[in-house]
Amino acid sequence: MTAIVSPDFVLDESDEAPCLRISGDWTVSTVQSVDDALRGLKASRPLTIDLSNLGKIDTAGAFVLDRTMRAFGGSAGIIGDHPVAVSVLAQVHAAHAPPTLAIKADHGMVDMLERVGRSITRIVGELMATLAFLGEVVFTIIRLVAQPWKLRWTSIVAVMEEAGLDAMPIIAFLSFFVGMVVAFIGATTLSDFDLEIYTVELIGYSMLREFGVLLSGIVLAGRTNSSFTAQIGTMKMRQEIDAMQTLGLKPMDVLVAPRVLAMLLMTPVLAFVATLSGIAGGVVVGWMALDINPGVFIERLRTSVPIDQFWIGIAKAPVFGFVVAIIACRQGLSVGGSVQSLGRATTTSVVQALFAIIVLDALFAMFYMEMGI
Amino acid sequence: MTEPIISIRGLKTAYGSHVVHESLDLDVRRGEILGVIGPSGTGKSVLLRAIVGLKQPTTGSVEVFGRALATLDAQERTSVERRWGVMFQDGALFSNLTVLENVMVPMKEHSNLSPQLAHELAEMKILMSGLGPDAGAKYPSDLSGGMRKRAALARALALDPELLFLDEPTAGLDPITAANFDTLIRSLQQSLGLTVFLVTHDVDTLNATCDRIAVLGEKRVLTVGTMDELRAFDHPWVQEYFGGPRGRAATGN
Repeated sequence: MTAIVSPDFVLDESDEAPCLRISGDWTVSTVQSVDDALRGLKASRPLTIDLSNLGKIDTAGAFVLDRTMRAFGGSAGIIGDHPVAVSVLAQVHAAHAPPTLAIKADHGMVDMLERVGRSITRIVGELMATLAFLGEVVFTIIRLVAQPWKLRWTSIVAVMEEAGLDAMPIIAFLSFFVGMVVAFIGATTLSDFDLEIYTVELIGYSMLREFGVLLSGIVLAGRTNSSFTAQIGTMKMRQEIDAMQTLGLKPMDVLVAPRVLAMLLMTPVLAFVATLSGIAGGVVVGWMALDINPGVFIERLRTSVPIDQFWIGIAKAPVFGFVVAIIACRQGLSVGGSVQSLGRATTTSVVQALFAIIVLDALFAMFYMEMGI
Repeated sequence: MTEPIISIRGLKTAYGSHVVHESLDLDVRRGEILGVIGPSGTGKSVLLRAIVGLKQPTTGSVEVFGRALATLDAQERTSVERRWGVMFQDGALFSNLTVLENVMVPMKEHSNLSPQLAHELAEMKILMSGLGPDAGAKYPSDLSGGMRKRAALARALALDPELLFLDEPTAGLDPITAANFDTLIRSLQQSLGLTVFLVTHDVDTLNATCDRIAVLGEKRVLTVGTMDELRAFDHPWVQEYFGGPRGRAATGN
């Protein structure tokens, strides 16, 4: 390769028509150095360009020359011979349109108000759409349960394994450690009153009633929810959902219903496992730190924590599973054509699911309190 | 004849145990448009990927601009990559950027152009590739398939490459748009002295644009030649390709 010669130009205004004598290489990697100087040139007489000393030229260089000629009010001809330049100049000259992209003025305060307004209408719209989706899902499931032979058992079982069974170890682990933490809190605070033995009640009530199911809900919101949204969203993005519809398959039946049903079935199981391993965490701490024999622990748990507490907790599980699956599927189906919208939908899905689970748990707590259980 | 711009010797590529190419030789001469054809699944796109370094060959050498890509360090490799433009089959535009920003990406990365000049140049490339001036502000998801291909071409041309790789540029376009595309490629090639490596199925495109045509098959290059030479080439697939109703219609024989 020959060395690059930096571009240069001289504007010769001695004749009646100004003449731009250019030299060096006018390519995309060099042309920046003369761009500002050329921008400064202006006259109302057509410009002649002398190409005699021109080295290489490409469309970037030609564009800058063409722009200069326009600023001078047109071309009065080209002097000199160059194998490429004339055709490139013609090509660039043809590809010209008046600039259309006007930069939008920034009105800080008004823009902010506009964004706030848009966000509020979007939240309302989102809420309505979620409710509509909820209705559609409930209707679909009722219709499918009435005709069980139309249910897609293979999908349901596959989702049960992927979202249920595969999530079990992580949920059990988390719950075990939370059980230990609760037991330690109980041990440190209750030992001030010599009531360490009440740690058993603390573990029993908190695990059965709250933590078992809440922890499974949170793990599902993070793990299963994002994977559902990403799966369905990618299918939407690649037009697989459109293909399904043209084949007479309803995405509601094929994608949403199996996931919702599988979650409805699996969440109670996960919550049950979480509760058990949480209690196991409490037993370990009780045994190690408080000298409560496991046998005594279990016996006291049985006598002093009524089984109602277990049912209170586990009753929330299907609701959580249902809500998580609905949010995930709805966000997945809302994905548009771009990768960005997939990312946005996945984030929204996880955030909404976590939010919904914690708010629902609080609502359940208030409901149970009012009911006196 | 000058030295070849791409030179492939004894190339073997494989995915696992599935061998795509075996002892494949091919030269692309400077300033020509080389069309690559072959039945589906003969690895036309894989060959393109092997040349631009996206697919590691099992054995054999690929030299572009007289340099073997595999032996270059990162910096030299960037300087080679800067001299070519690639247009992928479905555009592969960055979906989170507008068309204009897509075209400006290579300019921002590999040149010292000021934002203003880069903006003007990108608008010019968009117009040159046959899109309207309002297309620049749109996102790829708002474009039709043909427009996306044009935008991808504009991005491939952003830095005025010497070598242009086009993977099925006219597939899925209506005949008028496809014909415009052929004219565009031909005129760009003539005015800029581009070398074009063109993978295609379209006999019309081959006829309208290509100087030479390479036929892939049986894991190697069956033959390379002009349209007329290929028509005389004795191979069942080549005969069927050019002798079939579509081939005859396109070449006017």
